[in-house]
Amino acid sequence: MAVIGGGPGGLAAAVAARERGAERVLVIERAEELGGILQQCIHNGFGLEALGRDLPGPAYAQHFVNRAHETGVQTLLDTMVLEITPQRRIYATNSRQGVIELCAGAVVFGMGCRERTRGALAIPGTRPAGVFTAGTAQRLVNIEGYMPGRRFVILGSGDIGMIMARRLTLEGARVERVLEIMPYLSGLKRNWVQCLQDFHIPLQLSRTVLEIRGTQRVEAVVSVAVDDRMLPIAGTEETIPCDTLLLSVGLIPENELSRRVGIALDPLTAGPIVDEGMGTSVPGFYAAGNVVHVYDLVDWVTLAGEVAGRSAADYIAGRVRPAVHRLRTCAGENVRYVVPQWLDPESLALGAQQLQLRVRRPVEEKVKVVVTADGVEIAHKTERYVRPGEMVTVKLAPELCESLRSAQELQVSVLKP
Amino acid sequence: MNIPYDVIVIGGGVVGCLTARALSRYQLRVLLLERGADVCSGTSKANTAIIHAGYDAKPGSLKARLNVAGNRMYAQLCEELGVLSERHGTYVVAMADEELRTLEELRERGKQNGVPGLSIISGSRMLQAEPLLNPQARAALYAETGGIVDPFMMTIAAAENAVTNGVTVMLETEVTDLERQDGRISGVRTDSGVFSSRFVVNACGVYADTIMAQAGLTGFRIKPRKGEYYVFDREKSRVRQVLFPCPTPVSKGIVVTPTSHGNTLIGPNAEDTESRDDIVVTKQGLDEVFSGAQRLVPSLDKRDVIAVFAGLRAAGSSGDFWIDAPAEAPGLVNVAGIESPGFTAAPAIAEYVVDLLRECGLPLVPNRAFNPERKPAPHFSELSHTQQQELIAKDPRYGRIVCRCEMVTEGEIVAAIHAPVPALTYDALKRRTRLGAGRCQGGFDTPRVINILARELQVAATAVTKRGFGSELVRRKTKDIGTGGMGE
Ligand SMILES: Cc1cc2nc3c(=O)[nH]c(=O)nc-3n(C[C@H](O)[C@H](O)[C@H](O)COP(=O)(O)OP(=O)(O)OC[C@H]3O[C@@H](n4cnc5c(N)ncnc54)[C@H](O)[C@@H]3O)c2cc1C
Ligand SMILES: Cc1cc2nc3c(=O)[nH]c(=O)nc-3n(C[C@H](O)[C@H](O)[C@H](O)COP(=O)(O)OP(=O)(O)OC[C@H]3O[C@@H](n4cnc5c(N)ncnc54)[C@H](O)[C@@H]3O)c2cc1C
Repeated sequence: MAVIGGGPGGLAAAVAARERGAERVLVIERAEELGGILQQCIHNGFGLEALGRDLPGPAYAQHFVNRAHETGVQTLLDTMVLEITPQRRIYATNSRQGVIELCAGAVVFGMGCRERTRGALAIPGTRPAGVFTAGTAQRLVNIEGYMPGRRFVILGSGDIGMIMARRLTLEGARVERVLEIMPYLSGLKRNWVQCLQDFHIPLQLSRTVLEIRGTQRVEAVVSVAVDDRMLPIAGTEETIPCDTLLLSVGLIPENELSRRVGIALDPLTAGPIVDEGMGTSVPGFYAAGNVVHVYDLVDWVTLAGEVAGRSAADYIAGRVRPAVHRLRTCAGENVRYVVPQWLDPESLALGAQQLQLRVRRPVEEKVKVVVTADGVEIAHKTERYVRPGEMVTVKLAPELCESLRSAQELQVSVLKP
Repeated sequence: MNIPYDVIVIGGGVVGCLTARALSRYQLRVLLLERGADVCSGTSKANTAIIHAGYDAKPGSLKARLNVAGNRMYAQLCEELGVLSERHGTYVVAMADEELRTLEELRERGKQNGVPGLSIISGSRMLQAEPLLNPQARAALYAETGGIVDPFMMTIAAAENAVTNGVTVMLETEVTDLERQDGRISGVRTDSGVFSSRFVVNACGVYADTIMAQAGLTGFRIKPRKGEYYVFDREKSRVRQVLFPCPTPVSKGIVVTPTSHGNTLIGPNAEDTESRDDIVVTKQGLDEVFSGAQRLVPSLDKRDVIAVFAGLRAAGSSGDFWIDAPAEAPGLVNVAGIESPGFTAAPAIAEYVVDLLRECGLPLVPNRAFNPERKPAPHFSELSHTQQQELIAKDPRYGRIVCRCEMVTEGEIVAAIHAPVPALTYDALKRRTRLGAGRCQGGFDTPRVINILARELQVAATAVTKRGFGSELVRRKTKDIGTGGMGE
């Protein structure tokens, strides 16, 4: 089995595959060390769900790096995968061996995600130095040891942006504002409290950047309030002097390799369409972690990676029977997307399954999460609140197996009581 | 003092660089001065990069003549300099029956200008050639000699080849005034000293008339006109053909075209501006570009946009190119008002300038050692696996990918930093290697490139810039709060 990417998703898949009996498991990672994006996430808050401990990112990663070594997972570091064929022939390159060609019995994608950029938002103005994505700034500060600026405005209330607001403040910089175009926070509430409120950094909702100013380096950004259709409201402009604009405006699963293999992607998640075993549309290809959809917590990435690794090991051992009947899952009221997109009802015979979803709009009161099969309610749960930044999970109990055998479609809705 | 040059060329745009290269065919001491941190810092880096066939310009104009002549020179030039170009023709699309007349007028004008290979094709043939085109297309003017070019590499390669053949290039050197002696222009004054020469070629793009004014020439004025663009992710939208709408009196309209690297490019609009540095992108401008382009290709999706930019046309008061050796300022040659189709015309403009200099008495003795060829630096992503293997065996740095979207290796970056015209900034590397030009727009590679530039140029990381002094990418080391950290 070959795992592309040695972040928490890929590592979990590799370890789980070894434990399931896969003999030769190789993780190919383009960085010089394993751990993925966690190596630059030096703040704590990782592992509460999966390990019952509150760890900084690198420590959480190290736990799984150790597990990988203990279980005999092989690794190929500082090596970039260039291309994969549908026959699972893998081409990769590094400076020691040149171009390497490998053949795998199963492939697990674990490439993680990348950040949305200024270009994707088409922010008007000049194009000076001093516009970075929050993750790039995080790498500069935490790994390279450089401050990208002195006075910051952060666009987007994503988690990385809020975490960087705190980090930069601790390093002696000034964070003037965090601006969010939506009327609600896009990251976790706990980050708003711990990273912004505790450091007196103002968060302004329903505001965005109208223009970037400065010839060589950013000199100011102009912010503006937006109406409920997200259009700028004239007269609400504010010019904020600063030398850096950080963007924390969303993550996109990194699926260039998968796309070229011909894997079907879901336009809503930007990741592969997967079944309950994290299998993709092409046999022998599985997906683990943020490459499927952007998880809010790394703990869920680990759990999903384990599922992918076990399925891939079963595939190699010939233990996978193709599903005779699969249910399509789909998003109902106030649901943006549901993962997995396919569910084999027979899988319930082996144990409970989960559906994960993100809501479209926040609801700050009790809501009912309802799963229907062809219109008939089969499961529900209540949540104290729902927010777009926080994933919701619903369990499907093994007892449902029988009744779902004849169903076609599962729909998940989030309803006010 | 210093030995005088034979010719000083001011401006490292496509015109200045090709002129310097044309002069390097002769035994001359040539100096090229560019105020930016790289050649290709002005209009030559922000345009549509279409090799125009030549049916647009008014018959009899210098624009018409040099466009057609320049077009003819492109194939050989790209071959010699190792620059990407594609010559699959261009199309002007008529969307309504009223526009069919325009196609015929353009074809007629093209004939007068001496443009070969013009034909009018049916809407259905047009749709076959470009399936993404709006199915309402009625007909199109097909110009066989049209095409596209990599504008960065054309300009840079011309400069590199000039340097290989003996030209000196000085970057970050701004001409602030002209020097005079005995009634002649005898050199230039710059922010890094005075340089004397027998001739000065003014190829300053939108600034050309300010240099003319320094020589007392006020008969020609430039009014910059801005054009804005969107660039799309090449994995998502991919048009195959160069598509123009029917032109209006003010502009050739919003074009939809592939770039030489396969991205879809849309633009430009046309907006007069007061400032010669106004490359600010505006919401209104972008909206105009997008709706214009959607008329040609309805499936364009803003979610696939990866970059926006703007460029300035050097629109001149005469409406034509202004290339002269004025009697009032002997020793000076002006190359002004080089708006579209200036990129196409540039090779012919360079020859025209050489002829003017000869007429003015510059002796042109062939340089026997002149080598017209420039071997392009290898691009890892364009090689076969075997070629990649060979390259890594020679230099292991070609095995390390620094830019993941465009698959640019450390080997390519280091080679560009030490090329005949060195890439000293992030943007200079981007134009040569395409690093940071993909989906993630440098998000992944920036920290790595800062380190490579600092190492190779032997400077601190805090001195590494995006595009020259004042555009430093990082401010200070972490923990280094004492030295002006909080600043303001
Ligand atoms: C800045 C930031 C802050 C976060 N904060 C928190 C937090 O406080 N708490 C929390 O629980 N979660 C947090 N998360 C989320 C969590 O870190 C991620 O969900 C998790 O790291 C995703 O794991 P992954 O394995 O899918 O991807 P990644 O960690 O991104 O790993 C992907 C790996 O694949 C490699 N790769 C990609 N393409 C190739 C290729 N072609 N060849 C070889 N290798 C390749 C990459 O180098 C990378 O190492 C944060 C995430 C970010 C980005
Ligand atoms: C929107 C737009 C679209 C276009 N599309 C096309 C097209 O599709 N096809 C085509 O053929 N043409 C096109 N053109 C025209 C083409 O881009 C230009 O004609 C060409 O690039 C001009 O080159 P240049 O060398 O004259 O100017 P520039 O590239 O602007 O070079 C001038 C250089 O001089 C330098 N300089 C200025 N002042 C000084 C000084 N005092 N000291 C030192 N250096 C100085 C500047 O920094 C600059 O680098 C387009 C133009 C625009 C604006």
